[in-house]
Amino acid sequence: MQQTRSVEIGTGLFVLLGMSALFFLTTQTTGGDGFSADDTYEVTAFFENVGSLKSRAPVAMSGVTIGRVNSVTFDADTLQAKVVFEIDSVYGSIPDDSDASILTAGLLGSQYIGLQAGGSEDYLEEGSEIFFVQDAIVLENLIGKFLVNAKSGGDE
Amino acid sequence: MRSLIREIYSNAFEFVRTFGAFQLFFLRLLRHSPRMIMRRPGLVIKQIYNTGALSLVIIMVCGFFVGAVLGLQFYTNLAKFNAEDSVGTVVAMALIKELGPVITALLFAGRAGTALSSEIGLMKATDQLSAMEMMAVNPVRRVLVPRFLGGVIAMPFLVAIFTCIGLFGANVVAVDLLSVDIGSFWQQMQTTVQPSDIHEGILKSIVFGTVASLLAVWEGYNAIPTAEGVGRATTRTVVITAIAVLILDFMITAIML
Repeated sequence: MQQTRSVEIGTGLFVLLGMSALFFLTTQTTGGDGFSADDTYEVTAFFENVGSLKSRAPVAMSGVTIGRVNSVTFDADTLQAKVVFEIDSVYGSIPDDSDASILTAGLLGSQYIGLQAGGSEDYLEEGSEIFFVQDAIVLENLIGKFLVNAKSGGDE
Repeated sequence: MRSLIREIYSNAFEFVRTFGAFQLFFLRLLRHSPRMIMRRPGLVIKQIYNTGALSLVIIMVCGFFVGAVLGLQFYTNLAKFNAEDSVGTVVAMALIKELGPVITALLFAGRAGTALSSEIGLMKATDQLSAMEMMAVNPVRRVLVPRFLGGVIAMPFLVAIFTCIGLFGANVVAVDLLSVDIGSFWQQMQTTVQPSDIHEGILKSIVFGTVASLLAVWEGYNAIPTAEGVGRATTRTVVITAIAVLILDFMITAIML
């Protein structure tokens, strides 16, 4: 009987230890930057070029994450990229003429949406669309522009 | 020349036949598993203890040092790019996705797998399995299935413990010994590691646990019933488990990417 009890205690402790290790792994090592809010509202924006923006990318205002991108799709009607993202309802007073730009975190980081407040009295709400957008910077276009400028500067 | 070809042909044929028998054996174990868990959970729990709890020492010690050496190696190489703060991220990805499941599986095969196959082989050599059959006790159900289930259930937990202690070991080396900032160590890891990585690690641990336990039980059950035969079965368990685990690791990684 003694042996059975110690076996059961040992197994129980082992499984508890394993479960706490799993729990630690799933909570402490992932999703620190993950945005999770219970109450959010969805906003849409159309871009000419979204670069490498992916879903679950953060939406930040003044550098603070206030939301997350839900989907990036191609809209066949407007022939532009349609980005749907959600913002935490706590931030309910974002002017509806704010502008959304696709920025890069750091020099080579992943891309995210940065919002800059406008001055309107009306606020963004569920289903609003942001009209002032700035596309992602495409390196080739930048280099092309630079080369053209350099060439025309050289000719003068 | 002709005899060589004949030998190769018969070896290949034997391999295919053994592989088929192996699959049928697996299905047989699966068939009895639900009943064993419901009716005789005590047997399964004892085997979880034997394969899991008793392996804890080797898993924890090795986990700590694997994490420590990963921290050290990655720090040295990242320092060349002034990216030492990413040590946490790199060690976590390496441990969670690859090294945790694979090294734990190899250690498991070495400690629990050999224990299983030698125990079952000895039971076969001393006619205990035939004695059970004569008493109308199904030896597959009574002896093999609990050991198989014990291994399968214990493995994911062992992998999780190995990975966590590995991360802790890397933390000790990087933060305490190499002066990496503890905040950036954990915060960068949290940003980069996704739940899908952990799911991949857990999936691998379940697959490896099944393969390792199955091979150990199979080799023991089919051992030649002599002292030499049991020894050979034990060796084969470790060798074949190692090969199978590494091949499966590559396949699963390729599928998940």
